Amino acid sequence: MNGLISSIYSFYEGMGMPAALLPLLPFLTLIAAVFLAFYLATRLLVKKKIMHEKTASFYRFVSVWIVGFLLFTVGPMIFSIYISFTKWEVVSDPQWTGLDNYRTMFQDSLFYKSLSVTFYYTIVSVPLQVVLSFAIALLMNLRLRGIYVFRTIYYLPTLVQGVAQMVLFIWIFNPNVGLVNSMLRLAGVEGPGWFSSPHWSMPAVIIMSLWTVGGNMIIYLAGLSDIPRSLYEAADIDGATASRKVWHVTLPQISPILFFNAVTSMIGAFQTFTQGFMIEGGPDNSVLFYAYYLYQNAFMWFKMGYGSALAWVLFVIILIFTALVFRSSALWVYYETDQGGRRKRRVRATRP
Amino acid sequence: MSAPQGRKHKSRKWLAYPLLFAGAALFLYPFLWMISASLRSLEEIARSGMGVWPEHWRWSNYAKALTVMPFGRYLVNTLLTTVFPILGTVLSCSLVGYAFARLKVRGSGFLFVLVLSTMLLPGEVTMIPRFILFKNLGMLDSLYPMIVPSFFGSAFYIFLLRQFYARLPVGLEEAAIIDGCSYFKIWLKIFLPLSKPALMAVGVMVFMSSWNSFMDPLIYINSDKWKTLTLGLAGFQGTYATDTNLLMAAAVVITLPCIVLFFAAQRAFMEGLTFSGSKES
Repeated sequence: MNGLISSIYSFYEGMGMPAALLPLLPFLTLIAAVFLAFYLATRLLVKKKIMHEKTASFYRFVSVWIVGFLLFTVGPMIFSIYISFTKWEVVSDPQWTGLDNYRTMFQDSLFYKSLSVTFYYTIVSVPLQVVLSFAIALLMNLRLRGIYVFRTIYYLPTLVQGVAQMVLFIWIFNPNVGLVNSMLRLAGVEGPGWFSSPHWSMPAVIIMSLWTVGGNMIIYLAGLSDIPRSLYEAADIDGATASRKVWHVTLPQISPILFFNAVTSMIGAFQTFTQGFMIEGGPDNSVLFYAYYLYQNAFMWFKMGYGSALAWVLFVIILIFTALVFRSSALWVYYETDQGGRRKRRVRATRP
Repeated sequence: MSAPQGRKHKSRKWLAYPLLFAGAALFLYPFLWMISASLRSLEEIARSGMGVWPEHWRWSNYAKALTVMPFGRYLVNTLLTTVFPILGTVLSCSLVGYAFARLKVRGSGFLFVLVLSTMLLPGEVTMIPRFILFKNLGMLDSLYPMIVPSFFGSAFYIFLLRQFYARLPVGLEEAAIIDGCSYFKIWLKIFLPLSKPALMAVGVMVFMSSWNSFMDPLIYINSDKWKTLTLGLAGFQGTYATDTNLLMAAAVVITLPCIVLFFAAQRAFMEGLTFSGSKES
């Protein structure tokens, strides 16, 4: 395969193609050949009346995804399982070591550390995010003057993402002149060292994650606007108080969205990376997130085998937790049995 | 009984305002603080505490921040790794989503489940082998690893667009089929133009994730020539951590396009967001 690629490469090189395009051209050529072959094969099948035109079209269109799926997902997955059983530093050939990588993991204190850091973050931040964003959504659902402006303001922080957000919060949590400690000083409290303290760096990361609950808020808001008014009217007639209406009408109605959100937030939390990277794991590895530790192994120390083993363990952990949340959903998620017509979900943050 | 209670509710609603304002201050303040820090001198930052109003508006901070790193080059690279993925994702996911929604054939249901199941796979699992793949393709230290995969569709956006196409009226393409139009042409001439709002939503989402993408560029790019803005900002934080004003200026500059896009394409933003959380779709 590598020989083929390099011979196509030198062919284009000989044709005087610009250097920046050269890595792309062999790949494009091979992919084009694959699609052409597939197209011709399906055309032949249609001509021989073995395949319907519609079927052929479907598979031609979907082949765009299938080829990518094989190339960027299935292939890598199989390869990843294989290298997780090897010792491989990229420059040499991989050496089969059986279960060694997995065994190493059990004695690797940093593995346990990164795991506990990631669990700590997930278990604390995800419920906080879900509850806070839901509470804010309830507030934002009130028909008040200027509520659209508030929605926009609460949503704005989600536009500061990744590196920029971390840069901002490293500054906000600056122990001496940062915003948080300045505020605490006004209240007469000497704030902790946050990102320079092994105990306080994780709370800082969690607080930072709460700044961007606006995204989830909008999702809940859309769900809230879909709850049939008749349910509230019925509750009114029964003389229900506002809090009882939230508990008996709003919550059951919105629980599927709450559930969906909890699952996606949890999966996202398990994969937290940038926060760990930007402060290099934090003091005493206090924010050594699992994904960051994986990155360190694979791309700083070039332990591709060990990195792959770590990746598979992460996958299994995510699967188990997702399954658990799904299991628990029977207890607290309410699905309507008779689904009416599809209702349109639309919500605006501000006036158009 | 119900009438006075209704009035009571109305009056109680106003109690929400203090809470709303307090929350707004909490959410907005870091924002304002970032902007004001980007306009101050270091000396002023050190003594200004919580204040957000700069004494002297030093716009020169921005000029300085942008020259500390090769901003123009990073910007071009970021644009390349944003525009092409938008194009690739929109086209590929629209075509595949259309096939799943409108061409029901044997095997399509199974394949769709396969598409959905890939959403459960964390990117970390394929990260290392993909790196090896791009290494073998000679694409390391280039922008291609960030661009190429987007042209092969991605599960979430395929799902989103399929739902959109499935909701369109059943008879939409019938006349075209009777006229002998090919399915590809039907997609190109009927479904692609009709799905503009959904495509906008997808485009906005891809913009946000590509523009702010950090891990992929970090893994694939070494040389300064191909670095993106997020890499530049992270490097900036590493080397000039004490130049807070310049750092904040750079952070503001990176965030600004996202904010502009949000206000320009708010409907697309909200559509994408609400879709990603809806239960039945």
